[in-house]
Amino acid sequence: MHMADALLSPAVGGTMWTVSGGLLAYSAKKVREEADDRKVPLMGVLGAFIFAAQMINFTIPATGSSGHMGGGMILAILLGPWSAFLVMASVLTVQALFFADGGLLALGCNIFNLGFFTCFVAYPLIYKKIAGDGLDGRRIMLGSTLAGIAGLQLGAFGVVVQTLASGISELPFKTFVMLMQPIHLAIGLVEGLVTAGVVSFILKARPEILAAATERKPIGVSVKGALAGLTAAAVLTGAALSWFASANPDGLEWAMLRTSGKEELESGAKVHGLLASLQEKTSFLPDYGFKKAEVVHEPAAEEGGTQAAPEAGEQAPWPAVDAGTSVAGLVGGLLTLALAGLIGFALRRRNAAA
Amino acid sequence: MGQLAQNLTDIGYMDTLAAGFTRLHRLDPRAKLLTTALFIVAVVSFGKYEVSALLPFLLYPVYLAAQGRLPVGHLLKKVLLVSPFAVVVGIFNPFLDSGVLLRVGDFGVSGGWVSFASILLRFFLTVSAALLLLALTGMNSICEALLRLGVPKAFVVQLLFLNRYLFSLTAEAESMSRARALRSAGRGGMGFGVFIQILGHLLLKTLDRAERVYRAMLCRGFDGHIRVARFSNIGRPELLFCGAWTALFIVFRFVNLPVALGQAVTGLLK
Repeated sequence: MHMADALLSPAVGGTMWTVSGGLLAYSAKKVREEADDRKVPLMGVLGAFIFAAQMINFTIPATGSSGHMGGGMILAILLGPWSAFLVMASVLTVQALFFADGGLLALGCNIFNLGFFTCFVAYPLIYKKIAGDGLDGRRIMLGSTLAGIAGLQLGAFGVVVQTLASGISELPFKTFVMLMQPIHLAIGLVEGLVTAGVVSFILKARPEILAAATERKPIGVSVKGALAGLTAAAVLTGAALSWFASANPDGLEWAMLRTSGKEELESGAKVHGLLASLQEKTSFLPDYGFKKAEVVHEPAAEEGGTQAAPEAGEQAPWPAVDAGTSVAGLVGGLLTLALAGLIGFALRRRNAAA
Repeated sequence: MGQLAQNLTDIGYMDTLAAGFTRLHRLDPRAKLLTTALFIVAVVSFGKYEVSALLPFLLYPVYLAAQGRLPVGHLLKKVLLVSPFAVVVGIFNPFLDSGVLLRVGDFGVSGGWVSFASILLRFFLTVSAALLLLALTGMNSICEALLRLGVPKAFVVQLLFLNRYLFSLTAEAESMSRARALRSAGRGGMGFGVFIQILGHLLLKTLDRAERVYRAMLCRGFDGHIRVARFSNIGRPELLFCGAWTALFIVFRFVNLPVALGQAVTGLLK
């Protein structure tokens, strides 16, 4: 469920980087304010735990497949949302670097999808509300299961929105949602059950750990302020990037933001909160023709073609296919590949000789 | 060797590679980080039907791998085995987008296949760039660069700790997981119940370890501040590296070299 660079446009990737970067800076500030020395190694080692635990599998009965843990919710329960967000972001960063999971541009999306929704939505609004401050085993079980499911549902929806807003994939909104949400309902259920199991294990073995964790103050009013600030930052970045895109005659295809940038700014004035703005983005999507007929070498055809062709499919809206350019592209492409290989080979030979 | 042990070896191997001594290894990590970021942005900024103009960008990973004397086979295997989310989503394009976009003689290629090829190429370029960055720089230097580029210290320290304890905890998980596998005749012990017990115990061990680490840090004079060592500086090699690649990326981004080259060659043949 890691979002990937290959499916992202720079505008969407940049916007999500800004949002996640802002959340990261704010969380770092919060953690510093807690001034709990003990937490420094605890967070580090727990991050390594999540990393290691994700590599242990178990067989899911009757399916033959195997499941593992995501871990965001356990972190939130043990560390509180701010620290948990930092730890989750660090785990995702290391995964992006070591295993190339997703990629560096997609890191902003992944931190948001897997960190924000779990730590700042599912944990305070679902887990905390159900489990409360007591150490009631059944409530903790129910709370962590439901929060696990909700976190992954929101995360999967985030992936859908970011993919569609980027416009690289052809999948229509409805199909993609119908594909992603049910799969992640199953994954979320597993995640929720694993979280519930581990938390109940800790509750039985070392209840004082959970008692210490619940004593910490829940996140207060400041979340709203932070969200408002972040929404503003996201809207501004999106608008700035889309302005840059449309100012660029070469046709960087950031069409989603080009068509919706203005409406986004208007809603930004009212500040609906981040979720509301995400919700609005999705409602633009049906209007946005995904079948964009564009040939990069013919910017003139592109402007007229996109507006007139909501469904495309027919021959007419497609820009004329220039066979000459196609052949030249193929020949040149093959030559470029050969050249790149030759350069690499030559550099290696030279280095080996040196 | 099990999957887990394999992962552990892979992570360790990346650190071994980063300990190399070529000119690229010695560059300030900030230069490599920023150039790679620019590379990724340039690659993903193309329209979704672009394939040919993306090809010159292959020069960057090819150069890094060759000049850094990295094992190309091993890294290629890592790139190809990476999580296939982009490929899974991209494979729908050929079915959904069937308008003919490219024509070679009588043979028409639909837009969906072209955009799918574009996704695969982007995937290869971005993933290999990230892996090569790590293989040439190493986690500790990347953290140093992040700190000096203004990333909050709490996060950088978190990354450093995570990197430091990754190995010990993964090794711990590996031995627990192998012990379970050896005691599971058939699939007996691989179910949910034992899994939770293992995770729970691993978590308890982790918490104890955190406490031990904290005490050890206090013994060594920890005062609540972590100091990150700074080794490198921006000098002429860094400026040259950044400048030359930035210029190349700009040329690659705005001039479709393969098409120009192809037109020249086909023009000659006529």
